[in-house]
Amino acid sequence: MKKRIATVSLAGCFGCHMSLLDIDERLLELLQQVEFDRSPLNDLKRFTRRCDIGLVEGGCCNEENVHTLQEFRRNCDVLIAVGQCAVMGGLPVMRNAIMHSDDPLRECLETAYLDSDKVYNPSNQIPNDAALPLLLDKVYTLADVVKVDYQIPGCPPSGDTLWNTLEALLAGKPVELAYEQLRYD
Amino acid sequence: MESRIVSICRRYADDRTRLMDILLEVQRELRGIEPAAMELIARQLGITRVEVEGVVSFYAFFSRRTKGEIIIRVCDDIIDRHAGGREIAKVFVEELGLAIGTTSADGRFSLEITPFLGMSDQAPSAMVNETILTRLTVQKVRLVCARLREGTEPRDLVVHTGDGNNSHPLIRAEVNNNIRLAGEVLLCPVPANAGLRSALQRRPQELLAELEESGLTGRGGAGFPTGKKWRAAADTAATRRFIICNADEGEPGTFKDRVLLTERADLMIEGMTIAAYTVGSDAGIIYLRGEYSYLRPYLESVLQARREHGVLGKNIGGKQGFDFDIRIQLGAGAYICGEESALISSCEGLRGEPKNRPPFPVESGYLGFPTVVDNVETYCCAARIMEQGGAWFGSFGTDRSSGTKLFSVSGDCARPGVYELPFGITVRDLLDRVDAPDAAAVQVGGPSGEMINMSQFERRLCLEDLPTGGSVMVFSQRRNILEIVDHFLEFFVEESCGYCTPCRVGNVFLKKRIEKVRKGLCELEDLAYLKELGKTIAVTSRCGLGHTSPNPVLSTIRNFPLVYAVLLKEHGDGVQASFDIQAALEESRRLAKRRSMIYDPNYDEA
Ligand SMILES: Cc1cc2nc3c(=O)[nH]c(=O)nc-3n(C[C@H](O)[C@H](O)[C@H](O)COP(=O)(O)O)c2cc1C
Ligand code: SF4
Ligand code: SF4
Repeated sequence: MKKRIATVSLAGCFGCHMSLLDIDERLLELLQQVEFDRSPLNDLKRFTRRCDIGLVEGGCCNEENVHTLQEFRRNCDVLIAVGQCAVMGGLPVMRNAIMHSDDPLRECLETAYLDSDKVYNPSNQIPNDAALPLLLDKVYTLADVVKVDYQIPGCPPSGDTLWNTLEALLAGKPVELAYEQLRYD
Repeated sequence: MESRIVSICRRYADDRTRLMDILLEVQRELRGIEPAAMELIARQLGITRVEVEGVVSFYAFFSRRTKGEIIIRVCDDIIDRHAGGREIAKVFVEELGLAIGTTSADGRFSLEITPFLGMSDQAPSAMVNETILTRLTVQKVRLVCARLREGTEPRDLVVHTGDGNNSHPLIRAEVNNNIRLAGEVLLCPVPANAGLRSALQRRPQELLAELEESGLTGRGGAGFPTGKKWRAAADTAATRRFIICNADEGEPGTFKDRVLLTERADLMIEGMTIAAYTVGSDAGIIYLRGEYSYLRPYLESVLQARREHGVLGKNIGGKQGFDFDIRIQLGAGAYICGEESALISSCEGLRGEPKNRPPFPVESGYLGFPTVVDNVETYCCAARIMEQGGAWFGSFGTDRSSGTKLFSVSGDCARPGVYELPFGITVRDLLDRVDAPDAAAVQVGGPSGEMINMSQFERRLCLEDLPTGGSVMVFSQRRNILEIVDHFLEFFVEESCGYCTPCRVGNVFLKKRIEKVRKGLCELEDLAYLKELGKTIAVTSRCGLGHTSPNPVLSTIRNFPLVYAVLLKEHGDGVQASFDIQAALEESRRLAKRRSMIYDPNYDEA
């Protein structure tokens, strides 16, 4: 039976997903072995059934990220954090550096939407629509929120790195990544 | 200000290596070392301001802002805390109307917390300028504050001076020796200078052999064979050598050097003099922790008396050409300065950072010369060995730990104090003597040592089993083991010199994870994390502080597994127990003025 894979991008830039597409013609080989469940690649928004592998790009910066991640954890046997954002927070985690403030989240939003000279915001409002998920007090890595089985560093990890990992996982073998494939930038 | 600073620097011949003394005096006279003062000192000594500031910022007793005329430091070691130190601090806060770490607007008072004053046998304690107050109670603190407000000098706060030399006119401290058991080597009556006289009749090589035969090992904690150390220093081809006595006694729960400095100062200096004769040294330093500055005038007087009696200074004991003199170097509130190479840095007027080893101090120490650094008690033992012989000394104790040892016992026992007993006695034997029937855990060797449980009380206090520099802290069933662990980690985080990452950062991570365990937010994996991280810190740190700082965690995981087990949670659904979505959303709810559609079940009712 084909293995089932689900993927999602949380607080990421989709670069890691693009990198997955970088495995090029090996995609066909992959599709021989797996079937994609919930994923932006097929635009499936819900899990149709339990999956073997979940690939998660991006960390958690809002409540919806947490909710989605928890759903992935519940529905996937093996959960993999893909890329710097998922593993360590990546670019978004820079807002955690606002530490010596009584109200770091407010300071972050005010800088992003009101105070910075780079901002064009004629309405001078901070977005706050009921449809917008609430932000978390700070950015969390995946492992802060749920148990994570594997982490693949890189921003993004190269197509080869992703391919080697999936190939090994599907074959039930330990993955061997060359030194150059493990990068944190 | 300028003239005062210049004259202080001049008093030390504008010598940059005496920066500690200069800063101590500037701090005392001007109550702070402000940027302008640093600038002046730097100019006077011909160094950069940054070098001065580096030293000022390193030590707890130096401050860049002007402090109050009266600085109150409340001791916050775990024993003091259990004895009510926190409440004592609170009363000071109330009475003086001052938050901890601040100075009153009128410049009269500063209130601070200090990690360890060396008075755990008479806790809770505090230091008011150089005056030590012990066995504090709420009423006593109120009285002290009232008298201070009336303008009483701190030293006049002392009503009842302690036993023995604590009542000496030059000490007059409210400190008690609490010598509960005098053994046959150090705390029994000792004849004056008998060891020195005997030593001066023999050749240094014979003395080294005697010392080696005695099996004396260092009393400061590490237990290095003293004979081997002295021989290594003697064997160097150097033009000068130095003898340093480590009286920094910073390991919480250790207060036996305090007693020796008070009652056996002569013996200690005699031991240093013998060391000087043995290795060929003409100058020595006693590194006295700042907390014990109340002992300084007395120690100076002992040195002076020895000079007058011809047992210090020129041609000692009538031996032509044997010159040796000693100065006292006061510390300024840094635990790490008890580490021998950091201590040497401090004596050289530098930040108290450990040095890379090798070279070891015996090869290249103070000012680059071979230096013997030994503990107060070690020198005392050496003097007795020269008088009574190595075989006599070796007849006490065990194979690898010869002699008697001073144990300073504190905590939940009826008779805290100093006990001189042969190495190798069991913990249980000691507990019986201190009268601690409900002891449930014993911390041996201070925070950097090991916490043992009741089933291990038959273990022996010696290098072969449980080594200790003297600290033995007793905890009853009422105490929270993890609170103690957390507190010890706080101590290490605070006292890390910050030079290397594993210690500076790793200990913070250890502490954070222990806090999580205490909140019941950890799982089994967190124990693996703690062990792994602890091991990494121990293996990769640069000095003894980092090598031992994970011990509170590692030894309690080993010896008190159930304490951890009851706090660990297991979550089947793969979520991290430590992640609290409600707390993570709190700020956002407030800013957005709405609830969470996902995580607030009654979202619609808002
Ligand atoms: C962080 C740290 C603190 C220390 N504090 C002291 C101290 O307060 N007193 C002391 O005698 N040794 C202390 N030591 C041990 C000294 O480095 C050194 O081993 C000792 O002074 C050598 O003397 P000994 O051989 O007579 O024990 C400390 C070591 C470390 C790593
Ligand atoms: S790791 Fe890099 S590529 Fe991947 S989501 Fe983050 S920023 Fe994008
Ligand atoms: S282990 Fe800690 S105290 Fe020792 S050098 Fe490193 S940072 Fe400093």
